[in-house]
Amino acid sequence: MGEEEGLHQTQLLDTMFVRGLKRKCFDGEEDIEGTLAGIKAIPSYNLQRQSLLDMSLVKLQLCHMLVEPNLCRSVLIANTVRQIQEEMTQDGTWQMINTQSTGQASLDRLVSTDILCRSSREQAEGKHVPGYSTFNKDFESDQAQDGSETMSTASSVQAPRNLQSNVWEMENPQENKGNFQKSLDQIFETLENKSPNSVEDLFSEVDNSYYDLDTMLTGMMSNTKMGHCDGLETFSSPTTATSSSNCKSDLNELDHIVEILVES
Amino acid sequence: MITGEQMLIFMQGLQTLVCQFACLCVCLFTKGQAVHKGDPVLPSVHMCFPAGFGNLMQDVLWCFSQVKGTIDIGVTEADIISTVEFNHTGELLATGDKGGRVVIFQREQESKHQPHRRGEYNVYSTFQSHEPEFDYLKSLEIEEKINKIRWLPQQNAAYFLLSTNDKTVKLWKVSERDKRPEGYNLKDEDGRLRDPSMITMLRVPVLRPMDLMVEATPRRVFANAHTYHINSISVNSDYETYMSADDLRINLWNFEITNQSFNIVDIKPANMEELTEVITAAEFHPHHCNTFVYSSSKGTIRLCDMRTSALCDRHAKFFEEPEDPSNRSFFSEIISSISDVKFSHSGRYIMTRDYLTVKVWDLNMENRPIETYQVHDYLRSKLCSLYENDCIFDKFECVWNGSDSVIMTGSYNNFFRMFDRNTKRDVTLEASRENSKPRAILKPRKVCVGGKRRKDEISVDSLDFSKKILHTAWHPSENIIAVAATNNLYIFQDKVN
Repeated sequence: MGEEEGLHQTQLLDTMFVRGLKRKCFDGEEDIEGTLAGIKAIPSYNLQRQSLLDMSLVKLQLCHMLVEPNLCRSVLIANTVRQIQEEMTQDGTWQMINTQSTGQASLDRLVSTDILCRSSREQAEGKHVPGYSTFNKDFESDQAQDGSETMSTASSVQAPRNLQSNVWEMENPQENKGNFQKSLDQIFETLENKSPNSVEDLFSEVDNSYYDLDTMLTGMMSNTKMGHCDGLETFSSPTTATSSSNCKSDLNELDHIVEILVES
Repeated sequence: MITGEQMLIFMQGLQTLVCQFACLCVCLFTKGQAVHKGDPVLPSVHMCFPAGFGNLMQDVLWCFSQVKGTIDIGVTEADIISTVEFNHTGELLATGDKGGRVVIFQREQESKHQPHRRGEYNVYSTFQSHEPEFDYLKSLEIEEKINKIRWLPQQNAAYFLLSTNDKTVKLWKVSERDKRPEGYNLKDEDGRLRDPSMITMLRVPVLRPMDLMVEATPRRVFANAHTYHINSISVNSDYETYMSADDLRINLWNFEITNQSFNIVDIKPANMEELTEVITAAEFHPHHCNTFVYSSSKGTIRLCDMRTSALCDRHAKFFEEPEDPSNRSFFSEIISSISDVKFSHSGRYIMTRDYLTVKVWDLNMENRPIETYQVHDYLRSKLCSLYENDCIFDKFECVWNGSDSVIMTGSYNNFFRMFDRNTKRDVTLEASRENSKPRAILKPRKVCVGGKRRKDEISVDSLDFSKKILHTAWHPSENIIAVAATNNLYIFQDKVN
């Protein structure tokens, strides 16, 4: 059922992405008015693109939190994000998302994406995704009243607000052009994510000297590591299967704890 | 010199022409005449232009044969079938599931008493191939799900197959035992050891018949060679080596050696931040043991020759279709990602499956496929929804029939599609319990895109995207297909006249 709702909400997005039509960015006021009037019919291309970008970033974060990310899926999503970013850079709509002025708008957009993704995802998988709970808590603590508003409405209500933020940003085209070369690192930072997950981080997590092929095959390193991680299993809570960065920091802590215990 | 295949195609074409000509003649001739009793029965006008799928000469009518698996509404995740494969004779059919189990079905001998039950498949052996593991280095679980099963050609009385999960490949020997030795000297019939001092005479053990027992034993375990998830394994035509491919590397193994493998493809960039492409499938050429292909997430296929260099980083051939600018969208790359690549039995063609199409490529032509078939083009307008619910990342497989004339692949709503390469006709069939009456002919299904929906059609919005057919298999020489629908395995055969 949730899947159907999610599907329905993105049907609007579907109509726009049938042919990937490129539209000119806003030239002047008449375009903005026209688009505002047309908001009820079809959301603007820029809005759709932004929603897709947000959705993609959420997906990337999710797969970072899963047991082991599917590399093919991560690569495809990351490429999509890059593609959107490149197009936005060319269009001139890419800008540094200012946390003060537009932080509210960007968080609203993220919340709407959360609804879109969560309704279908949780229903499909039937399990609680830990990543989302931290997401929601952040939003709810920061934007309590906004959160409740946006939770209950569809994306069309938020469109005017988002459009406003776009308009603010478009008033400073000169500044924005200087900020075009943004890495995915900054996308994540400006969206105020709690966990350090740029796309580079995502892939660098996978590639790690711990499981370098040579060391694995020699087996020596694995034996010593196994000893540490056995300790990890007995000491820590069941939530060990999150990311290897947790393992590393925990390893250091446990090393310390084990030393103390052994000495005593 | 005309090859046998070309002759066959010519004869088939000639046959069609003759039939059509004959029908035309008959139609013209009988139009105004009454048919008298005693006249030979002439084909009627109606039969010249059959309404549904199936004309007189070539097309096959598919019937339900068997279904394996439970009918429970709640599906246990472990029972979801993750791979299906016939062996080289078609006598055995193996399935692997998410719980790490392998189930092998054997075709029973055809009996004269029940000719319509043409060789049913019954359970032959079941064993646990892979167990869940914990990777201590990464603090991550390694799934026991069987990603692929590949049979080795039979060389003695036993059967051998390779099964793999994300990290480890295993060689299993499946053998029958119908005799057992009796009359040991040092142990009695229960197996207890006898006191040697109590033995007064010696005897030679004899083999006595016993109930047939099928046992599966792991003969080799090929582990610790893949950092990333294995997506393909392929047995080489020399029957001495095989390859295993993960997201970034392909390794070559010798069946006898388990502690070493040879890396033949490595596309991992020095800086992982630059990673934009992964390997999605790989397969050896059916006849040339030095040739293999691998597909990528960018919709390209590379053919490599192992004779050129030890590390096959430079392809011998590069297959890529230029992008259609009118269909470009943000999802273009994702839907171009190839989920399966298969050589034809002849070795002349390769077939690739991406999200919306199946393509047939001629090995001699790299710049575009020779045939493209739309599997479910009505999903093109739904790509954003499918991206959101992750269905766009589903990996469908594709298969050839024994004569390379028909190709088959799965879709959603438990639909699967077949494309006849010669007649250019296609059909959509459904694997469902409703169509599961014995020898019931499968009715073609149709998805209606918009506007008026006819009686038997189903609209795009009513499709069940949780019922996806990702894995199918085709008997190597007969028209028998196995279709995996979540936790059920359907077997369909062509209609026996």
